[in-house]
Amino acid sequence: MANTAKTKSEKATLAARRTGCYIALVLISFLCLFFFYVLIVNSTRTHFEIQKGFSLLPGKSLMTNLKNVLNDANIPVLTGVRNSLIVSACSAALSVYFSALTAYGIYAYNFRFKKAAFAIILLIMTMPTQVSALGFLQLITKMGLKNSFLPLIIPSIAAPAVFFFMKQYLDASLPMEIVEAARIDGAGEFYTFNKIVLPIMKPALAVQAIFAFVSSWNNYFIPALVLDSADKKTLPILIAQLRSADFLKFDMGKVYMMVAIAILPVIIVYLLLSKFIVRGVALGGVKG
Amino acid sequence: MGEKTNKKGSISYAKWGYIFIAPFFIIFAVFQLIPLASTIYYSFFEYYRSGLKVIGPSFVGLKNYMTLFATDLPKYFGNTLLLWIIGFIPQIAVSLLLAAWFTDLRLKLKGQTFFKTVIYMPNLIMASAFAMLFFALFSDNGPVNAVLVGMGILKQPFSFLNTVWGNRGLIGLMNFLMWFGNTTIMLMAAIMGVDPTLYEAAELDGCTPNQMFWKITIPLIRPILVYVMITSMIGGLQMFDVPQILTNGKGGPDRTSTTMIMYLNNHLFSKNYGMAGAVSVVLFLVCAVLCVIVYMSLTKEDDGRSKAERKALKGGKK
Repeated sequence: MANTAKTKSEKATLAARRTGCYIALVLISFLCLFFFYVLIVNSTRTHFEIQKGFSLLPGKSLMTNLKNVLNDANIPVLTGVRNSLIVSACSAALSVYFSALTAYGIYAYNFRFKKAAFAIILLIMTMPTQVSALGFLQLITKMGLKNSFLPLIIPSIAAPAVFFFMKQYLDASLPMEIVEAARIDGAGEFYTFNKIVLPIMKPALAVQAIFAFVSSWNNYFIPALVLDSADKKTLPILIAQLRSADFLKFDMGKVYMMVAIAILPVIIVYLLLSKFIVRGVALGGVKG
Repeated sequence: MGEKTNKKGSISYAKWGYIFIAPFFIIFAVFQLIPLASTIYYSFFEYYRSGLKVIGPSFVGLKNYMTLFATDLPKYFGNTLLLWIIGFIPQIAVSLLLAAWFTDLRLKLKGQTFFKTVIYMPNLIMASAFAMLFFALFSDNGPVNAVLVGMGILKQPFSFLNTVWGNRGLIGLMNFLMWFGNTTIMLMAAIMGVDPTLYEAAELDGCTPNQMFWKITIPLIRPILVYVMITSMIGGLQMFDVPQILTNGKGGPDRTSTTMIMYLNNHLFSKNYGMAGAVSVVLFLVCAVLCVIVYMSLTKEDDGRSKAERKALKGGKK
């Protein structure tokens, strides 16, 4: 008797705890989603409607706002999207490929400076690139690369955090026997890497490609210093430009629409691949 | 071919190791190391623009550093630290709580995938666009004020963006929202790496969930907590996009929300290279200390961590 009573009260406290957890989780999820909901709602309303007050229901001016944003000559959004896409896609590709290459170089071969090379990469992994921004700007100015995409793309070849993830992945999932078998079959080293190792690393490549793409897509500090002509600007620079415009004369519907254009593509891709990405975060452990 | 079938098997592949890691190190040297060296070099020079005229470069020794420490640096360093703390305290508290709940075997919370997806989402948002959104939402006649006044909580709109703590609070809130999901997921991975028999034994001994959390979970994941804190601090030192866009580069009232990188950015735009160099070097030194701590936490604590990750990776391949 006493025993069942005890389990009953235990069950009750567990249920109470569970309810508390769900309430807290729902509140926190609400906090995360609320801002984006308002963003979506307001990007469908006209400036007048937005000024009049807040509403939870979307308006009917989605297309008008979109048209207004696209036709604004001061803020070339379409060019911005294109520029952001070029820079992000190229840097994601480079950073993933070369990080895998570097990780494989350290994983598969024995050479004298192997340990030192690995230690150096780990040491610089969390060093912010901003600390050398001054020298970087002077260097690319001397190279004649100011206002070009190259200085935003090429440096992603050296991406220590991506390297670290790849190295962890190789440690866990590439037996050296596979490499040795390929050698016995007469495969060259580059052939082995490109045709045998890369396919094995596909899951890691995909996760890191997404992260590299997103961080380049969102990057503001260095692009704002490197790019200065209107036809080269990426989306974050255009957002900053929008912020510094005179707000009294501004159509708020347009502002929300512009923010939505910058944010929503990433959100949509994320929602499609979220399981995959969330798992990647747990494994990576070295983001930001 | 001939030498590859060589029975001794003593072919050295070492050169391929060097070839494979060469691109990384060449690019790193050209775009990071050399710029860092020249940044340090310029920090000892007087080199700026006054109108169209370029002053310098002329060697001034430590003068830039002295000016920096005597004038702006303490304030902006303090701002940066403060803004980081405002975001970090709720971030670590909420993340620990959520991670403990998600991994609690007795609670067996449902919908974990959904909640994890939602809380991680803000991390992928463009920080500058997020700040722009907050600017629009929290402006004097924006929706947040409209709701607060409409519900009778406020008598008149509260000017978030023109008050010191309104600004700092918003920046902290944004940093919290952007990072707590990421931290939760990392802490969950750490907690799941803890030996489950410890919890079973504790339960048999009649431990409450609270005791298990403080006596088992926290001590065992301490290395990860240190790692999270240090990397978050490095992230905090880089804080730029959010305050820059929210305050339009002005740093709020009386530059109370101007961070180190915003200050560096101002010098880079006005082409005051000497001072920009000095700020960069100070940042570099602080970050170098933190990087060494991260390095030690990654190498020392190799066992528990990578084992957990290996397990997760193997599961992930299915």
